[in-house]
Amino acid sequence: MNKIFETPLYPYYQSVDQTASAPAHHSVVVIGAGPVGLGMAIDLAQHGINVVVLDDNDKVSFGSRAICFAKRTLEIADRLGFGDKLVDKGVQWNLGKVFFDERKVYEFNLLAEDGHARPAFINLQQYYFEQYLVERVQEINSGAQKIDIRGKNRVSAIKDHGTYSTLTVTTPDGEYTIHADWVIACDGAGSPTRSMMGLDFVGRVFEDNFLIADVTMEADFPTERWFWFDPPFNRGQSALLHKQPDGVWRIDLQLGWDVDKEAEKQPDRVIPRLKSMLGDDVKFELEWVSIYTFQCRRMEKFRHGNVIFAGDSAHQVSPFGARGANSGLQDVDNLSWKLAHVIKGLAPDTLLDSYDDERIHGADENIMNSTRSTDFITPKSDISRVFRNAVLDLSEHHAFARPLVNSGRLSMPCNYVGHSLTGEDALAGGPSRSQPGMPCPDAPLDNGFLLSKLGGGFTLMTLNTDAPSPYEIEGIEITQLELSVTSDTNKTLGDRFLGTAERAVYLIRPDQHIVARWSEYDAARVQMAVATALGKTQ
Amino acid sequence: MSTLILNPNIPNGDDFYEKLLNAHEGLSKEQSDALNARLILVLSNHIGDMDILEQALNAAKTAGQSS
Repeated sequence: MNKIFETPLYPYYQSVDQTASAPAHHSVVVIGAGPVGLGMAIDLAQHGINVVVLDDNDKVSFGSRAICFAKRTLEIADRLGFGDKLVDKGVQWNLGKVFFDERKVYEFNLLAEDGHARPAFINLQQYYFEQYLVERVQEINSGAQKIDIRGKNRVSAIKDHGTYSTLTVTTPDGEYTIHADWVIACDGAGSPTRSMMGLDFVGRVFEDNFLIADVTMEADFPTERWFWFDPPFNRGQSALLHKQPDGVWRIDLQLGWDVDKEAEKQPDRVIPRLKSMLGDDVKFELEWVSIYTFQCRRMEKFRHGNVIFAGDSAHQVSPFGARGANSGLQDVDNLSWKLAHVIKGLAPDTLLDSYDDERIHGADENIMNSTRSTDFITPKSDISRVFRNAVLDLSEHHAFARPLVNSGRLSMPCNYVGHSLTGEDALAGGPSRSQPGMPCPDAPLDNGFLLSKLGGGFTLMTLNTDAPSPYEIEGIEITQLELSVTSDTNKTLGDRFLGTAERAVYLIRPDQHIVARWSEYDAARVQMAVATALGKTQ
Repeated sequence: MSTLILNPNIPNGDDFYEKLLNAHEGLSKEQSDALNARLILVLSNHIGDMDILEQALNAAKTAGQSS
């Protein structure tokens, strides 16, 4: 077994809060040190906010779990300072093959668009993602900001007093109490915080079981994603083979509903299944086996006063389409800067309501997409199976049917077009992909990539025009980025941001979503857009 | 918005109907269901207009309801 599961990454230590005579008071407490909780802590620290992270464990999560990290997540990780590690370690793939019964019906190449610093996505075990986050926390802690990760600190009670909460924390040395102005609950799909607060979590349960096996094998399978519908080795069900780093392969086998989960997890049941899939002569070792069922559901609201939910604690989707961890990181991206601005008094408390608005929209989009994939992969009625098989049969012969095959849709970042923080679109001829509300597309520059040039706060980007500097609006320093596009410099940038316009001014949020754009600089209109993005104009 | 044609549009309806039945000749119920599904998908793609497809779905649905 991999050692990473056994070594405490953030071992328990006794904090001064445990022996304090009165409960210590903290600005922000994050519950849960998974990808979302640690991402949140890092993002807040980068905005100058100290954070205490409480986790009932002290190690990375067991097993590979989330393995697909999408481009937007890599871009967020770049902003958080650990993107290179992910991409260096992760496996990239472009070719996918779809099998139906005994035939390969078609293959596809992702053909990701050129001109982005990051690939469409990478495969990487969740434990590496968590390890890199912890390393980034350690890096931050060597500077001015402080992220205090407390392992084996389980929150056993929470009392919401409106403007602050009291948390009872259970440790190996007993209980202690702290106060927190803000609590961010990133404690997973089974969120104890949500239960302790008696909050809802409703949605649709899918009656199916999936066996996940991570195996190491010496086989020369190419680095591709293979998906089987109704294969001979798993009749009536589906299967997936996907590569991870370190020669580990993720195998996903649909089992159906009426199975004995404990029995199916045993090696004497798993190994014959894998042999019939991989062939008798392939040597492999089991690294991790798990059986899961899943649900698509979300909380009615993610914000409950000064307690805010993010990641799986707020919303849960089926695994098809890699929308769990990826959407959790978008929650981080969305919430951190808003909370930081509210704490610093730069934005009204109501700015946080826009987290609900924007991320519930994101969760609904993810739930819709993953539900559609699930309905295709596991048809729920005779007629849906008839249509599913018709699509697969046609896909072997006719291109039109291939886009209908749904074995999981690539997770794309959601946009906030038309939402309350989004400002005006006053750029005639501007491309729709960079309209206000969209996540800022990356583009190659003569010296690097666009996204790496954006500041950690608001950025005013001017193309073929300029704005006065230095620049401060609403008490906030605005990073300025002056770029030029000609017929032979920064051409892709022009395609993605100018369209048919000759010049443009863009205001970009700290989470790299576009607030507003204009054909020329106008101080009053930029100021209005900043106010809108800070929730001051509602 | 485009409008679904619900007046006679096939020049020789009897010929078409015969060809439709012939396509199902000798098929089991399961094979016929699969053929119908493929046919619906092929035709839908040819139409390719969501307005028309929605009107067609509605026309098919309502005609099957007892009045």
